[in-house]
Amino acid sequence: MSNKLQVEAICQGTVIDHIPAGQGVKILDRLHLLNSEARITVGFNLPSKARGFKDIIKVEGRMFTEQEANELALFAPSATINVIDDYRVVDKFTMAIPKTLRAAFACPNSNCITHNEPVESYFYLRQKSHDIQLKCHYCEKSFSKEIVAELR
Amino acid sequence: MGNRFFNRNIISIADLTREDMEQILEVAAELKHTPRPGLLQGKVIASCFFEASTRTRLSFETAVQRLGGTLIGFADGGNTSAKKGETLADSIKIISSYTDAVVMRHPQEGAARLASEFSSAPIINGGDGSNQHPTQTLLDLFSIRECQGRLDNLKVTFVGDLKYGRTVHSLAQALIHFNAEFNFIAPDALAMPDYILQELDEKGIRWRRAESIEEVVADTDIIYMTRVQKERFDETEYKHIASNYVLTNEALKQAPAHLKVLHPLPRVDEIAVEVDQTPHAYYFEQARNGVFARQALLALILNESFDDKM
Repeated sequence: MSNKLQVEAICQGTVIDHIPAGQGVKILDRLHLLNSEARITVGFNLPSKARGFKDIIKVEGRMFTEQEANELALFAPSATINVIDDYRVVDKFTMAIPKTLRAAFACPNSNCITHNEPVESYFYLRQKSHDIQLKCHYCEKSFSKEIVAELR
Repeated sequence: MGNRFFNRNIISIADLTREDMEQILEVAAELKHTPRPGLLQGKVIASCFFEASTRTRLSFETAVQRLGGTLIGFADGGNTSAKKGETLADSIKIISSYTDAVVMRHPQEGAARLASEFSSAPIINGGDGSNQHPTQTLLDLFSIRECQGRLDNLKVTFVGDLKYGRTVHSLAQALIHFNAEFNFIAPDALAMPDYILQELDEKGIRWRRAESIEEVVADTDIIYMTRVQKERFDETEYKHIASNYVLTNEALKQAPAHLKVLHPLPRVDEIAVEVDQTPHAYYFEQARNGVFARQALLALILNESFDDKM
């Protein structure tokens, strides 16, 4: 048996590669991938030249929306997305942290007006040393991405 | 004078540039000196206080009336359709369709920003929860400029509850534009929040913590007092610390003649009544200035060519 890692190629869909090891589970959860009927192949703690270990997620028959790509960027800014068609990579892009994020998370401030009004949440994102801060457009409070992401 | 404020919302002090603030203060000074009772003639202003307030509401309503406008509105949210479950978005859509501008206070953060997205008339934020109270900051700036003759390069000492006081946060942020230098005097539990300190550092603003007013009074232009609320401490702890955050004539002994004391009011016992009689006391004039700062905003927002009307 060869040492090469065997992960089945997919015919059409999306491969999220170079996910920091440990973030793969969070991404499955955030994007509700397990609740869908899509066929998913995951690999955790796979060897990675760049960072030692990585996670990888392959989703068959599904493209990501811009919103999902934005959410993904928050958890795995170093990940790459490969769009697969007919077993070939037809598009490949790396994640970038978006400047704003709409309707992805509820505002963690329980007294924020957005909780009982007909508006979507809206955050401005800012990289702050090792953290990403999200500032609510409405209540103007800032939160670290970890706090925001715990709530939905 | 070009009027960039015409039909504009006033939601957060962060939306205002230095030039914006200077223009508002300039107009406030003009209106204090020379009343112009026709500036809001024929205008109907909504005064919507979903949360009760004394000074803010009365000074806004006075400002409208002094400029010849008329008012509709309510003084607390208890009797409105909000109580029946109507969204703020719907309430504001309707109220703004009746009026030329809407002044509002609301107990929830972000209410004014949200209202501005549903309103057909400009919104002026009179306080949204613990978030913003921009007209308080403008009247503070106006008072500082009036009593010091300038806003640039002042030494400002903030005393008391620096953690929860939105007026303190907004004023400190506004004074960044004017290269102020700060002293912060507060119990550890009520210290200035880190995000403000970080912002000061990023902007190269000098600040320090001090233990007592006496320590810094000789080298201060403005003392901005706030109230340390008893409820935040147990009784013995409060007795122990409160005296450090009370301003007395004794504490002002080394004060330079031009030093003025401000306070957003209401005062309880953090400024001894004896201070009222000293030339340093400026807090009652500051409260009065609320009317002029609000007149300036209303006049600018509701008059396309501001200088033409006398």
